[in-house]
Amino acid sequence: MAYSEKVMEHYTNPRNVGTLDKDSKSVGTGLVGAPECGDVMRLQIEVDENNVITDAKFKTFGCGSAIASSSLATEWLKGKTVDEALTIDNMDIVEELALPPVKIHCSVLAEDAIKSAINDYRVKNGMAPFELAKSHH
Amino acid sequence: MELPIYLDNNATTPLDPRVLEAMLPYFTNKFGNAASRNHAFGWVAEEAVDYSREQVAKLIGCTEKEIIFTSGATEADNLGIKGVFEMYQDKGNHIITATTEHKAVLDTCKHLEKAGARVTYLKVKEDGLIDLQELEAAMTDQTILVTIMYGNNEIGVVQPIKEISAIAHKHGALFMTDATQAVGKIPVDVNADGIDLMAFSAHKMYGPKGVGVLYVRRKNPRVKVTAQMDGGGHERGMRSGTLNVPGIVGLGKACELCRLEMDSEAKRLSGLRDKLEAALTQLEESYVNGNVNHRLPHVANISFKYVEGEGLMMAMKDLAVSSGSACTSASLEPSYVLKSLGLSDDLAHSSIRFGLGRFTTDEEIDYAIENTKKAVNHLRDLSPLWEMFKEGIDLSKIEWAEH
Repeated sequence: MAYSEKVMEHYTNPRNVGTLDKDSKSVGTGLVGAPECGDVMRLQIEVDENNVITDAKFKTFGCGSAIASSSLATEWLKGKTVDEALTIDNMDIVEELALPPVKIHCSVLAEDAIKSAINDYRVKNGMAPFELAKSHH
Repeated sequence: MELPIYLDNNATTPLDPRVLEAMLPYFTNKFGNAASRNHAFGWVAEEAVDYSREQVAKLIGCTEKEIIFTSGATEADNLGIKGVFEMYQDKGNHIITATTEHKAVLDTCKHLEKAGARVTYLKVKEDGLIDLQELEAAMTDQTILVTIMYGNNEIGVVQPIKEISAIAHKHGALFMTDATQAVGKIPVDVNADGIDLMAFSAHKMYGPKGVGVLYVRRKNPRVKVTAQMDGGGHERGMRSGTLNVPGIVGLGKACELCRLEMDSEAKRLSGLRDKLEAALTQLEESYVNGNVNHRLPHVANISFKYVEGEGLMMAMKDLAVSSGSACTSASLEPSYVLKSLGLSDDLAHSSIRFGLGRFTTDEEIDYAIENTKKAVNHLRDLSPLWEMFKEGIDLSKIEWAEH
């Protein structure tokens, strides 16, 4: 199966690879997936006092589409408010990267990572976590 | 050096130009049907097929009459296993095989289970070899066939074929082997090895696709299989269908070349393979899968922990290799062969198979080493698991959100 140009581009030049201080109150960390399934994503956001995401970083163990999905997610997150970030849908990622059906789970994982990072941030700051929809797959 | 570099010779091999040359006349002016007994066109084709039979027989130490040409190893596996089951069902219904067999064997056995066969799937040890005591214990008076592959397609381990056939024969069962990866690469002798039926194909040994062989023993004992294809009664009634004359000619030539060049080629390839393996296992947390003493000379299967195989292959874009990861399949199940060795799913997902071949050069292996090292390091920089490992976190203690 050939990868789309956009997947290749993100895979070759991944944006925002790295690690934020997970113990900082302004940082939310989402770690989703499992090694046995062949993909694990860690996505982190840094949120300022206005609820705006000022930085986002990722590291991903997985195929090219998983890496591209998380790279794209960090790009989209930066500058968004937390509420705006919650509206990112996995199908937006599928569309942007032209993922084939067998790779849709990569985009789902990226969406889960975003929501999980936001919830981590909320809990750390004394807010109730959002009710997350059960796994899509 | 041309890129990309082909290192997937267990999937298929390029056609040797000498094989192509031998085949070409049989597409055009020597186009006859080998079954046409009444004119020169048929005789020429028949003569070519007979010559190929000799070339094949010489490679595996049998007689020409024991060669049944098929469309490939999958068909030969089907014909051998189903044919024996049907022919010998008065004797018993039990078949023994192993969990690391090719799907052509496993799925054929599963098919026969629906038709009343009882099949034992032997587990393999951590090194990929079957346990002979377990085989012995599995034999019953109902066992008609033991079918165990010669060399494994994913990890290259070579089973103790002589010992296995001796156990089968001691209990009155036939012994069959899928030798697709072994024939032409290492010495295979049906008499010395005690083989009663054997499947293999041309395209794994620098011959054309679409042609293979089922060897069927004619003496001590005389083995019979029921035909799985009805028609004109070709191949002594065991496999009907007009013979693929150019393909068969190519198979014969491929066998001849393998026989003549096997010794030097095996030495050269195992040298290159060892060099590749030594360099890549210098990377932290990388492991060779399968027994390293009993194996084919041209395969290396290595797991690079904390990187995922498919993602890794993308970074190795100048190398054509394959992975035990199966991120593209809906099930996300990694290689069943690697899992049979007891490898955890994450290590199975992290595996790469390098398959060297006749046209692999020293220079290409040097390039492959550098390319792979770079790719592994690049992906580890991206890997949260690698970071956690480096921080001393025990990944097995984490509650992963399985999906």
